[in-house]
Amino acid sequence: MKPLIRKLLPILGVVALYYLIMYLKSIKVMNPYHIQVLMFAGVNIMMTISLNIVNGFTGQFCIGHAGFMSLGAYGASIVTTMIFGGFSVAPNLRIPVFLLGLLAGGLVAGAVGLLIGIPTLKLKGDYLAIVTLAFGEIVRATLRLIEPIGAARGMIGIPPYTNFAWVLFFVVLTLIVARNFIYSKHGRACIAIRDNEIAADAMGINTTKYKIISFVFAAFIAGVAGGLYAHIMSFIQPDTFSFVKSSDLLVYLYAGGTGSLTGSVLGGLLLTVLPEALRTFGNLVNWRIVIYAVTLVIIMLYRPLGLCGGKELPLLKINRKHLYEKSIFSKKSVHPSETPN
Amino acid sequence: MKKINVILSVLVLFTLLISVASVTAAETGKTLKIGVVSPISGSAALAGKYIVNGVKLLENELNAAGGVMNNGVLYPIEFVYEDNEAKEDITTNVYQKLIYQDEVIGIVGPDMSKCILAAGTIAQSAGCPAIGTFTTNVAVTQIGDYLFRACFIDPFQGQVAATFAWGEGYKTAAVLYNNADAYSKGLYEAFVQSYEALGGKIVETQAYSGADVKDYNVQLTKIAAAKPECVFMPNLLNEVPLQIQQARANGITVPLIGGDSWDTPEVAQVAGAENIKGSVYISAFSPDNPDPIAQKFVNDFKTAYNGDVPNSNAVLAYEAGAMLVEAIKNAKTVDRAGVRDALAQIQGLALPSGIVTVGEDRNPIKGAAILQYNDQGVATFLKNVNP
Repeated sequence: MKPLIRKLLPILGVVALYYLIMYLKSIKVMNPYHIQVLMFAGVNIMMTISLNIVNGFTGQFCIGHAGFMSLGAYGASIVTTMIFGGFSVAPNLRIPVFLLGLLAGGLVAGAVGLLIGIPTLKLKGDYLAIVTLAFGEIVRATLRLIEPIGAARGMIGIPPYTNFAWVLFFVVLTLIVARNFIYSKHGRACIAIRDNEIAADAMGINTTKYKIISFVFAAFIAGVAGGLYAHIMSFIQPDTFSFVKSSDLLVYLYAGGTGSLTGSVLGGLLLTVLPEALRTFGNLVNWRIVIYAVTLVIIMLYRPLGLCGGKELPLLKINRKHLYEKSIFSKKSVHPSETPN
Repeated sequence: MKKINVILSVLVLFTLLISVASVTAAETGKTLKIGVVSPISGSAALAGKYIVNGVKLLENELNAAGGVMNNGVLYPIEFVYEDNEAKEDITTNVYQKLIYQDEVIGIVGPDMSKCILAAGTIAQSAGCPAIGTFTTNVAVTQIGDYLFRACFIDPFQGQVAATFAWGEGYKTAAVLYNNADAYSKGLYEAFVQSYEALGGKIVETQAYSGADVKDYNVQLTKIAAAKPECVFMPNLLNEVPLQIQQARANGITVPLIGGDSWDTPEVAQVAGAENIKGSVYISAFSPDNPDPIAQKFVNDFKTAYNGDVPNSNAVLAYEAGAMLVEAIKNAKTVDRAGVRDALAQIQGLALPSGIVTVGEDRNPIKGAAILQYNDQGVATFLKNVNP
């Protein structure tokens, strides 16, 4: 019974959170502005998790992550807006079309991630950083030249399908999938590469293969996040996904803490909400960008590893003992909590 | 006879009393909020400063009057200023905040097409009128019937530039534009179309990408080699001064023609008077415009901001605000829908840049001014061009 409860409890918590926010909205404590900030926070959390898989768990250094986001955004928007005609889709077909768009966005980003990953992940450290930076810029420059998708003018008329429920759903899904990946055999191989690539190689781990796996996986998540983003904004243009966006994501990641999913959630949420929250403080409004930057400096001074560097909420990790709950060896090694009274 | 006189005088007194009573008893309605969205920080902070200053001038005028009178009720007006950092996603946040949290009756700004293209759908679905100040992209008002603008549109500017160049006798032209920027690209396309239709020849077209480019020598060398009679440079405020300097350094001595983005004193200051003299640009407004309303605005602005001369950003922000105020004054019902209807019906409103009528597609019908830099690097009024 207990493992089942342990599995259901977080899901119930998420459902309760959703209804709490919907209730706060219905009694007008929260308005669409708050909801939208939360939706952007959700997208940023997904992007930070995606970046964390590459930078935090595999120890590579990608600084062109907005490139994957833009590929996902354009991929999804092309499916929903250009192939299925945007607003003219029948109401009952909107959700399948939307999901198909997100899937397409993820696949496009993932495929490009594979294409980029194979030649570049043989590089290390600074060199990989330069290549990924160049990748982000190449994507942006290319999108600016493609006339059918609006070129530099950007794409307009994307139906605003994304709502708070979808964002919450995808954030939770990303968290579950990312957690299971990290604590799987493949995830452990990635962590081994991060900790010491030569040692991992010596232990028989195919380092290039695992680096590519984590890179493609992260690109897929970034693509889906980009698709969600496009359907919140209903307007995208290549310059939205510039290096500034990539560096914002790096800030979310390092302020939250690398190698920690909790950190990604906290970093993405806090640093998206903070600049907006500062708007409401009367005279401080003109100083809000300064306060935001000072907050970052303070975080990095007092928590050099980020807010949650290396730490994880119990929900977001799989303890070793849980792995043996299903008594894979013999009846004697059953976990104490499972023993019949 | 006497009786009639008495009755008459009593009647006159009585009506006087009623009218006095009705004046003193003018009701005060609830305070109406107007949202102002501008890039107070970020890459376009300079434009943001002028926008805020322009609207503050209107705010002072309204405060002096106590508010806006609609149908005998005086509504005090409060302005809510928000920073959009010149970013699309921040603009959508700001629009949400203004519409749902501050519950504004209408929004002035932002100044960039890309920002209002992202946020416009929010205003449209909430049914809140929004007036872009410098949003010259045609697609902006196509979002829906709650979207307006205070400026003329990109094709019109390109057309004016082409007509002007052809009228001055320039038979060949070259273009340097930013292919990553919708504004720049829009002007370029309209210019080429109109100029070629008139019989002109584009001898060289050079593009660059991104606002962080600082070196235009490669493009300008090619333009210099093509020997055009004028060069059209419809680029952004922070790029133009460097381009002017580098164009002169590359031996391009022909007049340079620009769009309304050149319309800031800083362009001439940074580029240098010896480089910029003889160049012309299209502007929504000229401070030298002899029109009395324009002169009053310029003088008020100078008095309020230590002799600073208003640019198009300031004028258009002021005018967008003034259009909204005029609409509140004439609205049949003082709510968002009523203000929208009144906005669409504005006719012959006398504003600093001229007489403004809101056309059928919610684009204002108004003239453009052509300004030329003299030897001291000061832009002087050359002529007015009407559509």
